[in-house]
Amino acid sequence: MSAEPLLKVQDLSVTFRTGDRATVAAQGVSYELAAGEVLAVVGESGSGKSVSALALTRLLPPEPSCALAGSVKLDGVELLGLPEEKLAKVRGGLIAYIFQEPGTSLNPVYTIGFQIGEAVALHRPDIKDIKAEVIRSLSEVRIQDPERVANQYPHELSGGMQQRAMIAMALACDPKILVADEPTTALDVTIQKEIMDLLARLRRERGMSIVLITHNFGIIANFADKVAVMWKGRIVESGPVEQIMRTQSHPYTKALIACIPRLGQRRRRLTTLSDELKVSR
Amino acid sequence: MSDYLLEVSDLSVHYPGRANWFFQKAEPKKAVDGISFVVPKGKTVGLVGESGSGKTTTGRAIVKLAPLTAGKISYQGQDIGVLSNAAFLPWRKKIQMIFQDPYNSLNPRADILSILSEPLEIHFPQMTRTDREARCAELLRSVQLPAEHLRRHPHEFSGGQRQRIGIARALAVQPELIICDEPVSALDVSVQAEVVNLLQDLQEQLGLTYLFIAHDLAVVEHVSDHILVMSKGKIVEQGTPAEILGNPQQAYTKTLLAAVPRF
Repeated sequence: MSAEPLLKVQDLSVTFRTGDRATVAAQGVSYELAAGEVLAVVGESGSGKSVSALALTRLLPPEPSCALAGSVKLDGVELLGLPEEKLAKVRGGLIAYIFQEPGTSLNPVYTIGFQIGEAVALHRPDIKDIKAEVIRSLSEVRIQDPERVANQYPHELSGGMQQRAMIAMALACDPKILVADEPTTALDVTIQKEIMDLLARLRRERGMSIVLITHNFGIIANFADKVAVMWKGRIVESGPVEQIMRTQSHPYTKALIACIPRLGQRRRRLTTLSDELKVSR
Repeated sequence: MSDYLLEVSDLSVHYPGRANWFFQKAEPKKAVDGISFVVPKGKTVGLVGESGSGKTTTGRAIVKLAPLTAGKISYQGQDIGVLSNAAFLPWRKKIQMIFQDPYNSLNPRADILSILSEPLEIHFPQMTRTDREARCAELLRSVQLPAEHLRRHPHEFSGGQRQRIGIARALAVQPELIICDEPVSALDVSVQAEVVNLLQDLQEQLGLTYLFIAHDLAVVEHVSDHILVMSKGKIVEQGTPAEILGNPQQAYTKTLLAAVPRF
C-alpha cells in the first residue's frame, strides 16, 4: 500500500448524550482505504457500523448531543472538526452515500431528474448542461430509457430502479468514496445481485473506493477486498476478505458466517449467534 | 379425505385494469394465473419467486385477504374458496398468517397482552380473563420471550423479537396451517437464523403445516419439503429441494439460483 491512503480513520469514537446518560455507539474504530479498494464493514443492527460511517462526514446530530473523537483523514485533510460549509462540500462531493431504503431516501414530490440535477448543480458548478449530465448518469447505472425515468417520480419506480437512481445521484457528483449502507437489504435476491454487479462494475470502471456496510457475509465474499467486523461498537476483527472467509479468529465473526443458510448444504438447524458465542464465553 | 391439508386447483386472482380515457376496459392484471398445488399435513411447502410474481397474493387468497377470480381452494376436502367471510371464520382459526414486516404488523398503541388476547377473544369467547392472560404468557414463553413482556408495547422490541410476537399471535388460536409470508426477509441474517430455527422447533412440537413464502432460495431450501417456483402469476417449476437445486429445468429457476451468493 502507498504511504498515504485515500482515507485513514484512526481511533474514531461516537458518543450520544441524552440528559446525563452517554451511550458510546462506536469506539476506537480504525481503518484505511486505498483508492479503488472495497472495504466491507459487517455487523448486526446496533453494532455501530452505520454510525461510524455516518461520522466520516458528520451526518449526525450536532454537539453536544453527539460527540466525535479521533481522526478521519481524506487525502491527508482532517475531516473531524471541519467547519460545516466545508463539510457540505465533502458530503456528496467527495464521499457520497446510498442508503438501505431507496424509497425513503428520495424526495417523493420531485422527479428523479430534478433530484439528480440538484446534486450536480451543487457539487459540480462547472457543468453547464445539467440535463445531459443527469441523462448520462442514469444511463451509466444501466437504466433503460433514461429520458423517461428522469421525468418520473420515485413512486413510479420499483425498488431496484429507485436504488439505481440513488446510485446515479451519488455518482453524478463524481465522489472518490461511495459509502453504501445496506444497499440491497430491502431488495429481492435477484435485484440484489444486479445492484451488487452494478457496484462492482462502477468500481472497476471509475476506480472508486467503496465502503459497503452490511449484516450479510454472503454478499461480500466476491465483492470486497477487506473486511472489518464490528461488534458492540468496536472492530473485533479485520483483514483481507479471503483470509477472514477461510479462518475467523473471533467467535462473533465465526457466528456471523455460520448462521447464513447455504444452497445445497441442508442442515437440521441453522447455527445462531448464541450457539457460537456461548461456547467461547 | 385425502392426506393433503390444503389443495389449490386452478387458482386465479385478477385485478381489474384501469380504464383508459375513452372508458375502454384495460386488460386485467393477472396477479395469480391458474395455479394448482397441494400442501401435505405436517410438511413445509416453500413458495419462491421475485416480487410481483404473485406469491404473496397466493398466500393472501387462501385466507380470503385477496379476492378469488377463479379456482378452488379446499381445506381437508372442504371447499373454502366459496365461503362468505362470516362462514369462513372457523377456518381462520385453523389457518393463520405471519407477515413480512414485524414493524407494521403489530398495533403500536396496543400492549403485547392485548395483541395476543384479541384472537383469543374472537375464537375462544368462553375463555375467562385470567385464562387468557395465562395463555398469553404461555404463548410468549413458547416463542422464547419472557412472560413479563406482556405489558410492553411493540416499539420496545427489536425486529426479531417483534417477529416472535407475530408468531405467538398466529399460534394463539392453535392453528394447523400457518402461511408465512416472507417471515425473515426483513431481519438481520443472525436473527433470521434464530427465527427459522424457532419455526422449525414449533413445527415439530405442535405438528404444524407451513406454506413458506420467500424470495431467498437458500432459506426456502433449508426449511421446505417441497418447493414451488412462481413467476408472473404461474408456477413454473416444482419439486423437492434436491430436484430444484440439482436439476433446475426452467431458466427462471436458474436465475433465482444464480442470485444466491455462494462462498
